[in-house]
Amino acid sequence: MRATDVVKRFGEREALRGVSFEAGPGELVAIIGPNGAGKTTLLSILAGISSPDAGGVDAPDGTVGWVPQQAALYRRLTVEENLLLFARLEGHGDPAASVEEMLELTGLRERRGEIVARLSGGNQQRINIAIGLLSRPAVLLLDEPSVGLDPRQRARLWEFVAGLAGRGTTVIFSTHDIQEAERYGGRVLVLADGESLFDGSAEELRQAVRSEAPESADRDFETAFVAYLQHRGH
Amino acid sequence: MGGVRWLLLKDLQILRRSPLQAALLVAYPILIAVLVGFAISRGPEDPRVAFVNEVPPNTRINVGGAELPKSNVKEQICKRVECVFVEDRAEALEKVESGDVLAALVLPADLVNKINSLSTLTPGVPEVEILVNEENALKAELVDDRITTLLAEANLRIARRIGNEGGRYLGLIVNGGRFEVLGETIPILGLQASARILESVTPALPPRLRPSLEEVTEFASQARDNLDVAKPLIDRLAQPIAVDKVVVGGESPPLEIFAIAVAATLTLAFVVVLLVAGSLALEREENAFSRLTRGLVSQGGLLAEKVLLGVVAGLVVTLLMLLGMKIFVPLDLGRVGLWLAAIVVAAAALGAAGAALGAAAREVRAVSLLAFMVTLPIAFLSLVPSGAVGAGVFDAIRFLTALFPFKPALEAIQAALDASGPGIGGPLLHLAVLFAAYAAIARFALRRFGSV
Repeated sequence: MRATDVVKRFGEREALRGVSFEAGPGELVAIIGPNGAGKTTLLSILAGISSPDAGGVDAPDGTVGWVPQQAALYRRLTVEENLLLFARLEGHGDPAASVEEMLELTGLRERRGEIVARLSGGNQQRINIAIGLLSRPAVLLLDEPSVGLDPRQRARLWEFVAGLAGRGTTVIFSTHDIQEAERYGGRVLVLADGESLFDGSAEELRQAVRSEAPESADRDFETAFVAYLQHRGH
Repeated sequence: MGGVRWLLLKDLQILRRSPLQAALLVAYPILIAVLVGFAISRGPEDPRVAFVNEVPPNTRINVGGAELPKSNVKEQICKRVECVFVEDRAEALEKVESGDVLAALVLPADLVNKINSLSTLTPGVPEVEILVNEENALKAELVDDRITTLLAEANLRIARRIGNEGGRYLGLIVNGGRFEVLGETIPILGLQASARILESVTPALPPRLRPSLEEVTEFASQARDNLDVAKPLIDRLAQPIAVDKVVVGGESPPLEIFAIAVAATLTLAFVVVLLVAGSLALEREENAFSRLTRGLVSQGGLLAEKVLLGVVAGLVVTLLMLLGMKIFVPLDLGRVGLWLAAIVVAAAALGAAGAALGAAAREVRAVSLLAFMVTLPIAFLSLVPSGAVGAGVFDAIRFLTALFPFKPALEAIQAALDASGPGIGGPLLHLAVLFAAYAAIARFALRRFGSV
């Protein structure tokens, strides 16, 4: 997936200012930045939900799976009914088989008959992602997927996502947790005020932070990262 | 189209998961059907009015010294209301204050004397007293109207009776006859006979006296002729203006059909508008809208599914209601095809309006409030008849109610139920135009619906 000089404006405000990046098959790309950096806007443009005011997006063959930040599913339906509905809407030849596959993948087979509203936030997020995967996408976009999850749920989520990337799916996720980006993102794209500040590996980001904000080099990575953003004028 | 089918199934599943909502959808029309059915099949009950008659017994109205026959005013009044006979004014007052009776009518002791004084040189003003508890404006108006009508009828009956008696005396003066007073019968010659006698004796008189007698004869003839004209005038005095009612258009359906149509349309409107608007807003609340419209289903398809949901639910609920009412009121099942056409087209237009509201408000609670705020006043305004308000206000109401599908839906359902009423074509066309307009508004509003 490739984004080239993407610009998005909301009235006078520029939410994205010429952002470019690309991601290959099986890559796990973390988009990181403070609140209001433009992470969700960029993901929604990559997902095709909104269109850029300038620049363009090249998506690979096959669909782009979209998992919004808040679970986009029907809380009064059961796990199975949700998966079955979206499998049917995706036009699967055998929707029941697709449901079984997703239940296996999410580890929710035993809870298939439960109303989604009664599940924990983590399990709801797993169904949310499973619905995004029903289109068998070449690229999966996750908008802050771990928000509201406890450490154990987060660990299971990232294990699940890493498994997808391992099978060749390009995964692009947004987060404002620098440690999560460092730990799970094979590549990190730093956005601040709609501007792309950095694109590289987590290790390269550490080096950039050290050289940009040497006074914070011996402190924890999150503090050093904040100092880095301040040095870059954000 | 496949997507619409699965979404419809999903919405029905969600509806089934809300037992209260589902129960209300079934129970509400049945309850309304039973209530309206009972109300229109049993007819209105007479209002209870306390009646105090302080007029001494055997006191009768008399004209020119002669008593009129009993006019049965009390019986006439008590035929129209449920009279609760009480001893005195204090008891009547207590019953009105406690709400036991709607009003009290007090006939004072001097009522007949004052009526009798009307034919004297010192006429009094006969008055009756009405006690009303006007705690409620609607009730006050109802009581005022009912009592005013009853008294107008009583006045009319008395005036007719007096007119008849006056006419009888005039007849005696003109034609002669016998008049009974204090048990004695007095023969009255009458103007006609007087003139005849004068004419027959005139030739026998000396010529110098004849002109004077001829003048008297001429007067008697003229008086007879003019008093003949006076009798119908006295008759008309009791009711000078006669009513000749001619219905010119606006054929009104039988009251029970109108009541059924109003109940059915109200139910249809609330069920469809609330369901469609709420269900569309729910797609956004569940964050599913953007996921759905990313290629799984088009915005038009989603709107069509919501309107279809409204039509299905509205059709089931309204049909249940009409069939429930058929127990109480004979409805022509031969017109069921027209019922279906009216309900489906009305539900589609109401559904499109609900979709526009749902897309505009975006949150289920806000949508429910908005749907009530729009539907309820429009429903009330749609029931305002011409002449009930000023011409300018009525034109404004007519314009406003034409913009929302409630009134044409009511007209379509009324036409479908009533074989003798106006045709169904006009209202259906009106609904079709509103459907197209609201669908376009909903499409436009949906553009900003999924904004992140």
